[in-house]
Amino acid sequence: MIEVDEIDTRFLRRLKSEFDESHLACFQCGVCSASCPVIEIEASFNPRRIMKMTRLGLKSRVLSSDYIWLCSMCLLCEERCPQGVRIPEVMTALRNLAVEEGYIPEPMRRIRSLLAEGGRLYPIDDFTAEERIDRGLPEVEAEPEFVKRLAGGVKA
Amino acid sequence: MSSRPGHAEALGIEFVDLPFGCCGFPLEPLDRVRSLAMAAYNLMLASREGLDIATLCSACAETLIKAEWLLSREEGLLRRVNRVLGELDAEYKGEAPRVLHIARMLHEEVGVERIRGLVKRPLNDLRVAVHYGCHYMRPSEAYGGFEDPERPRSLDELVEATGAESVEYPGKMDCCGGGLLAMSERVAKEMAAKKLRRLSELGVDALVLICPFCAIMYDRYQSLILGEGRIPVLYYTQLLGLALGLEPEALGLDLNAVAVDGLLEKVM
Repeated sequence: MIEVDEIDTRFLRRLKSEFDESHLACFQCGVCSASCPVIEIEASFNPRRIMKMTRLGLKSRVLSSDYIWLCSMCLLCEERCPQGVRIPEVMTALRNLAVEEGYIPEPMRRIRSLLAEGGRLYPIDDFTAEERIDRGLPEVEAEPEFVKRLAGGVKA
Repeated sequence: MSSRPGHAEALGIEFVDLPFGCCGFPLEPLDRVRSLAMAAYNLMLASREGLDIATLCSACAETLIKAEWLLSREEGLLRRVNRVLGELDAEYKGEAPRVLHIARMLHEEVGVERIRGLVKRPLNDLRVAVHYGCHYMRPSEAYGGFEDPERPRSLDELVEATGAESVEYPGKMDCCGGGLLAMSERVAKEMAAKKLRRLSELGVDALVLICPFCAIMYDRYQSLILGEGRIPVLYYTQLLGLALGLEPEALGLDLNAVAVDGLLEKVM
């Protein structure tokens, strides 16, 4: 059951002005869900339903859910959507807004701190650095400073 | 999979190393503006030198190209990105170097016919399955539609230029699941498993791919998924290097998780 007071119009306005307008065109045909490689494995991830709940403005339900984090970003639904809805962009928007509300899955915190503290998702350890030299590959900056600083500013 | 030096000379490409960092893709779910700022910073590094960008990773290519595309059409977003870049005393002014995935670069700039002409060790005995992954040609809108987003051909043609056969198989366009590895290892592995099980039944000599993250799923995780490593997984330049007559040692094949000995015996 959807209660009227669950509908958050400010959430809808922000989504539209800061992130994505295309979701307004969604007419619930379900091509996204029919194309989705995740839904066949994990039924709780249903892009068509997420689009509907988003359009209804069910902010808390959507942003606190686990399923908005289960899109694999294969981008197939975006190619196939007859209404030109950029579904993966909507997923990104929902995730960003969830983070603002403090819903941050632990793996995402880890990604942030790896980048903020070491500048790389896969750190270049001594072994790798030596391997690179042995194989005649050029040296690379172990911890790119700009990455650390830009990631360090992510509130999480 | 370090198979770069050696090819460049043969193909007439000069690579210049720039102090690039993360493209921003992993940060997108947390903060799109900062992710775009990271992409923009990389674009500026190349633009300052007047150089194009070649990427080995499909998500890097997509992220950089999408950043150019988005920031050229959304002024509000550009302003927000520049507010962040201000922390580094940098400003993005629409720099848009050409960003080419290495496979696209080989296909468009070097060309299939030229590659065919440079082959010294034809791989005629190999039957391989190609894996395009998702971000090499999607979203087609940002990519300007250089490839059909659902029925691409360039990698098949690049493989066939080496003499190897690119076999058609169900699930060829499947997603590797890598995008979910951090969030749900179970779902990610199940997604990768679909292709690995099919290829196992099909009996191909190798899976050829063009994205290091797909390689994590199909190569690094293969023994976990199938119980043992059965299908060698080559990055395209490793296959190309063999065809160009380079020595296996120069192609980083010893760094692959699934052993490639059987394949090498067939080729050498």
